[in-house]
This record gives sequence, C-alpha cells and structure tokens, in this order.
Amino acid sequence: MIALPEPDAAVLARRDVILRDLRTLVPDGPFGPGVIGDAIRLRAYETDGLSAYRQPPLAVVLPTSTGEVAAVLRYCHREKIRVVPRGAGTSLSGGALPLADAVVIGLMRMNRILDVDFADRLAVVEAGVTNLGITQAVAGEGFFYAPDPSSQLACMIGGNVMMNSGGAHCLKYGVTAGNLLGVTFVTMEGEVVRIGGGHLDAAGYDWLGLITGSEGQLGLVTEVTVRILRAAEGARAMLAAFRSNEVAGQAVDAIIGSGIIPVALEFMDRPAIHACEAFANAGYPLDAEAMLIIEVEGDTAEQDDLLGSIAAICNRFDPISLRVAETAEQSIAIWKGRKGAFGAVGRISPDYLCMDGTIPTGELPHVLKRIGEMSDSYGLKVANIFHAGDGNLHPLIMFDANDPESFRKAEAFGADILKLCVEVGGCLTGEHGVGVEKRDLMNVQFTETELRQQRAIKSAFDPDWLLNPAKVFPLEGNPALAPRIPAVVPHG
Amino acid sequence: MAERLCPPDEAGVIEAVRQAAADGTPLAVEGNGSKRAMLRPVQAGRTLSTAALSGITLYRPAELILSARAGTPLAEIEAELERHNQMIPAEPPDFAALFGHAIPSTIGGMVAANLSGPRRIGPGGALRDQLLGIRMVTGHAELVRSGGRVHKNVTGLDLCKLLAGSHGTLGVMTEVTLKLVPRPEGSLSLAVAVPGLEEGIAALSAGLGSPYGVTGAALLPSGIPSGMPIGMPGGPSLPGSPVAVLRLEDFRRFLPRRAEALRGLLSRFGDVQLIGEEDSAGLWRQVRDAALLEPAPDQMVWRISVRPSRAPDLARRLDAAFEARLLLDWGGGLVWATGSASIAAHEAVVAAVAEAGGVFTLFRAPDPLRAAVPVLPAEAVALAAIAGRVKAALDPAGVLNPGRMRA
Repeated sequence: MIALPEPDAAVLARRDVILRDLRTLVPDGPFGPGVIGDAIRLRAYETDGLSAYRQPPLAVVLPTSTGEVAAVLRYCHREKIRVVPRGAGTSLSGGALPLADAVVIGLMRMNRILDVDFADRLAVVEAGVTNLGITQAVAGEGFFYAPDPSSQLACMIGGNVMMNSGGAHCLKYGVTAGNLLGVTFVTMEGEVVRIGGGHLDAAGYDWLGLITGSEGQLGLVTEVTVRILRAAEGARAMLAAFRSNEVAGQAVDAIIGSGIIPVALEFMDRPAIHACEAFANAGYPLDAEAMLIIEVEGDTAEQDDLLGSIAAICNRFDPISLRVAETAEQSIAIWKGRKGAFGAVGRISPDYLCMDGTIPTGELPHVLKRIGEMSDSYGLKVANIFHAGDGNLHPLIMFDANDPESFRKAEAFGADILKLCVEVGGCLTGEHGVGVEKRDLMNVQFTETELRQQRAIKSAFDPDWLLNPAKVFPLEGNPALAPRIPAVVPHG
Repeated sequence: MAERLCPPDEAGVIEAVRQAAADGTPLAVEGNGSKRAMLRPVQAGRTLSTAALSGITLYRPAELILSARAGTPLAEIEAELERHNQMIPAEPPDFAALFGHAIPSTIGGMVAANLSGPRRIGPGGALRDQLLGIRMVTGHAELVRSGGRVHKNVTGLDLCKLLAGSHGTLGVMTEVTLKLVPRPEGSLSLAVAVPGLEEGIAALSAGLGSPYGVTGAALLPSGIPSGMPIGMPGGPSLPGSPVAVLRLEDFRRFLPRRAEALRGLLSRFGDVQLIGEEDSAGLWRQVRDAALLEPAPDQMVWRISVRPSRAPDLARRLDAAFEARLLLDWGGGLVWATGSASIAAHEAVVAAVAEAGGVFTLFRAPDPLRAAVPVLPAEAVALAAIAGRVKAALDPAGVLNPGRMRA
C-alpha cells in the first residue's frame, strides 16, 4: 500500500482563493475552462494508467502556452503549492497520480506541431502532441519518430520525455533520450529556459539528458524538439516457437551473436501465447513453451536474406514452429496477437498489473522459472512478455481488484519480481518509470547514499519539493515531507 | 610538478577525494590526461588519475554490454571488441594527433568528455546514449552508482547523462558500462564534389533522409586529401572544391544495391564517386579524429554543434572573421574550425555560434588564452543558478577539477 504525504492544511483551506487566482492565470478558452475545481470534473483526473490508485487533486489547470505554464508555476512556487504535471495520463507507474493539495498541470491543450524540418531531420512540437501524432505528421515524407511505447496512440511527447519512454524497437533505435534535441523547460520558479535546440550535442552539462526520465521531479517541459528518422524501405516479421524458455533464450543469443540486430525481438511465454491466441486468433502454436517474434528491416531481398539467416539459426534449436511472413499482411498477422497482449490478458482476468523490470537477457530462463514458482505460491496467474533484445520484462499479474486480498497479493508478487530483477543484475523499471508504484522499492536498487545524492539533485532544481512530490523517492528521507497512514486504497 | 595520485582501487579514489575535501586542496581529475589541453587549464595542487583503475570487468557479447574500469585504455577495449566483431556505436575519436601527443585515451576520459565520432548521426546516438551505467566517487568521497548493466533502465534520476560530458567536475568515474553493437561486415563511401557548402549540406541531408542507412555524412571544404586515390573513373575531385562524403555500412552483400540507389539520389549534386572499403575506413578515421583539419601547432581549434542548415552561414561568418579552416561532420551538424590564436577570433566564434543557435567548445588553445576566455557558451541565468546548486550537491568543497569548464 502506497502512503501519500499529509496534505498541507493551509493550502486546502485556501482552495477557493487559489482557484480564483489560477483562473486569472489560465483563462477559459474555446476548448473549455482553463481551471477545473468542481469535484465531479476533478474525478476525471484522479488517476492515470495505474488505476488502482486514486486521489482527486485540489485543482486542474489546462494551460495553452508556455507563458501560462510559467505563470502557474511562479504562482505555486510563491504560494508553496505542490504541482503534479500530467500529459495524457497513461503512466503505468502512477507518475501522474494527484495529491489532495496539489495543482495538476495538464498539458493536453498544448498540442500544436510547431515546425517540421526534413532537411535537418527534426520536428518541434508542444508537449501535448501524441507520440503517434509526431510520426503521422512526418510519415508522408517517409519519416517517423522512433520510440514507440504501446500507448503511442494516446501518450504525449511531454510525458515520454518525463518518463524516458521506450517501446518495442529500442534495440535498434534507442529510447526517448537518444531521440531528443531540445526542450523548452520551465523551472519551479517559473523561469523559461531553452535547452538544446536543433543541434545534436550539448556543450557543458547535459541538462537535456538529466531532465529526460526525471518524472516531473525537476521541472516541466512544454515544447520538445525531436529527431525524426527516415523509415527503412520495409520491414517483415517471423515467428519461432520453442520447447522451453531456455532454448528460446539460446536462440536469441545466437541471433545477436550472428551480427544481425533485428529491429524487434519479442518473447512470449506459454501463458502469454495462450492469452493472445484466444484473443486474436493469430495462429500462435499452443504447444510451445516460448515464442519469438523477430522483425527485420530492409528492401524485400534484404528482408528475405535476413529472415532466411535467422530461420536457419532458429532451426538449430529444434523449433516447434517456424513461420516467416511472405507479405506485409502476414507480418501484421504475426504481430496481431502480441499487439493485443494487454487486451488479451484483460479478457481472461478482471484486472492485471503490468510490471516492468529489466534483466540481463541471459537470466531470462532463471527469472521465468522463479516467477512461475512465485505464481504458484501467490496463487495468481502471470503472463510474461519480454523485449528479448534489451532485457525489458513485462510480467502481467492477473488479479481481481474487487478483492482487496487479491490486490494486496498482486502488489506483493510484483514487488518480489522486481526484487528478483535487481538481484540478477537488472533494475526496477525499464521504461514505465518509478512513479508511486515502485517508489518504496528504490532502496532495493540503491543505497541510502545514492538516494540522498539523487534527492540532493532534485533539491537543486526544486528546493521546496513542490514538483510531483511523493513519487520516485521513498517518503522517509525526503525533506519537507513526512509519511503518514495509507491514503489511497484500491478502487472497487 | 604537482603531486600525482594513481590509486589502484576505488577505495583509494575515495580516500584521495576525502583527503582533498578535508584539507581543501583542489584535485585535477583525469585518466591519462590525453585531453588536458581541452577547455580551461585546472589549477590544482594534486592530480587524481584513474589510470591505475584498469581492465575490462564484464563483457557479455550476447548481451551487447561491456563494463570496464575508468582507466582502461580505449584501445584495449576496442581490441577486445574487435575479437568478437563488436564495437562502441558512437565511434569514439582519438585526438592524440590533434593535441600533438601520443597519450592513449581512457574509456573514463572519453565518457567524461562525451566525445562521439561520425556514427553519432546514426540511431545509436552519442556516447552518452550508450552509457548504461557508472560507478563514481562524488566530492563527498562517497561511492554512487547510476544506471546498471542492462539496456533499458529508467530507475531514478539519470546521473549517467549528467556525468557524461561533465569533465570530472561532478564526480570521479571509476567504472563505466557501455552498450555495444555488432561491427558491420562491410562499408564503403560515396563522394560528390559540390560547388559550395549549401549544396554540400543539401547532399548530406538527401543521403541522411534516404532509407539506405547512411552512417557517416561529412563535408570536406577543401576536397579529398591528396594521397587518397578514389577508385572510380574520373579520378579524384578537383582540388580545393568541397566534397560531400557519405558512408554506408552493413553486410557486404547489401552494399552494392544501396550504393547504386544512393548514387542515383546524389547524382543531381554532381559526379558521384565510389570509395572502396579500405580507403573509406582511412578517410572516416581522419574525419573522426579531425585530422583533416590540420591545424598548425599554435592555432586554436573549436568544436561546434549546430543545426545542419545553419552551418553554411556559420562557415561564411568564420571565414570572414579570420579565414577559418573547417571540417564538417554529422551532416553539417558538427563544425570543426581552426585559425590563428587570438581573442578576436574566439569572440567571432562565440558570436557566430550564438547567431546560429548552436554551441561551441574551445577544444584547443594556448594556455593563457583558454584561461582568459569562456570555453563554453554562457548558460541561461536560471540554469546557471541550478548548475551551481547541482555542483554543490555533488562536490560541496569544490575540489573536483575547479575551473575546468567555467571560470
């Protein structure tokens, strides 16, 4: 159970004044009110993609410009009001979970594409532009924005920057951090700073790198300059199914060892295969223990060549099934089940927690065996999806949110998996962020000294700890924030 | 000669920093000191070198990762990677010749300076993007780790990015972990002589905007260096006219088709000539190491990062100010400039780079000059205040490389 800090009674008491002041800073516009303060409409902002946790905020502001964001921050800084930034609210770690005494700054109305420059291979967009929206804006010329989190239809680039989002194609194209050129950054004091721009490397300290993935702890980002890349001539997938997780893991090692870097290399375990097949009828082999989806890029002849080489490698590991797509349509069919994985698990279980650890890829068989044992001992089912090239593991723990005991067990099971990830040399989160979800596990991965050092860097940006507090760092040890009794309960 | 400490282990580094913080004696932090001539000279009573912290500590070819102690010579790492047909994607340069010495770089120094070569423009990005984990000793004389040994990791603040490019001013890195990629089986280059820099940048943009996987895009303002035959009918380009060079790397069997397709795309800019594998490799080494810049020993060298389309105008301004010699890489996004050492030349660079919206690093200059001028662009006021607090959070006594980046 996650504890939230005691709300600031003085702030709660001034709620009406604060709302009135905020309305002068963010006036109503053609798309609706600039400030939301009524209890019913605040409910829409009480949670994010980690919907087990809910807490309506004091107020929500929906600015339409960097100037308005700066004005709100300047005001909140002066009045010592906590702030929670929010993009589309798709965080799976509770990164946008409000606090009762906090102003949520929602950036969804800052959704303009400001500049696209194909010659310099960049796009300048506001923070509320969706991830897919960037690719759609440049796809006509054959370009794309590379990081592709599963939520890319909805999630916003500002949130991607704050969480350093990944996706299925990171092995080749890297994560958000490597695909950024600059941001417009607003400090807690309301100062607007341009960091980076159209050039590749920083001179001096790499603020852009530090801000990326900072989960709203250091400041807000209102505009983002991203690298856009020319898409490959084509891409095609194949499927390979094996008798055991160990053998599938060996096949992955052999593919990487051959010098081929597939653009995607996805692993599914038996429960994931079954869930996805029941949902999507993608033709996945139900007698397999493990399945790989492998995608390569190039023109048709290059695709044939690479897929042929990979098929030959897979054949050395006695596959149960090997299916190389001949056409783009067959490729889509192979991906269909995997892309519907979350929905598929949602269909066989009322609720699930999507975990997000990373492990050294060679540890996969060991980790899956241990997760299987934990599944038995907790009495909760789990399906595993794994970005096999980069070691990012997504166990989907199935539970029933209407049963508090089931939720408690699911959380404990998830925590055990993440501890295991750290134990084998990995980390708590590969792409979803710490948020509130993994906050209290941070001391599994870091020493007190390391956490103190990270807190000190947050303090350098946000001395009063007003920015998205109660996230990332365990409450004990945070300045100006005392822990209190559990403040949120699972819904239902 | 200042006292030089070369602790053989992390505990020794901690002790050296603890002592320095306790008695307030600044430390010049370095690996082998191969980049000592960069930025500003450090005035310190003692030098703390990581040179004795040497050796690869973990190499998992199948996981595409390598960890090494900070003082490990880069060449040693590259030799080991070569045995497994792998490489560091950023193509880290070797500036020994540029700095006029033969001191080998350490991996820690390379990371601390975040220096990347021509492949920076590829999907792998900069050296800092391939930095998966660090161990470092802060100015508190405490060991702090960030990141780890896995490819994807967003746990906590990313101190790897902060430390990469911080030139030893925020902590002493003792070990780094890097992401690797397979070494491409083959490579070749296409060269096209262009009438001017605008056309050259346009040619590079056309290549980089193509789907053929260009992994190097440089513009040589005075053409291909003499002594480098080009293996195509038509012979070498006209001496003195700019040449755009684009590199393709992949499995050898894929390259002829892609080179043909790219040649078609580039033909509107001029005669396209093919540079075979061996010459191509040699040429890109010279681009990587900025050897083609050929500065005289007493000249200054600047490394400028700029939006590619702004490079021609920047070049014109530098030429007008002090007849700068240039070398452009990263599709025009990296501009190397050299010229006679003077404050006036430096002021011209500062102004032209600001006008172009880019950033500069004073890479090499006579000591009195680099001590007297800003070697990096000024930071916004709000950021400078934050920078001061970040520095204080990591090095409260101010003993780590004081004055290295800013006066």
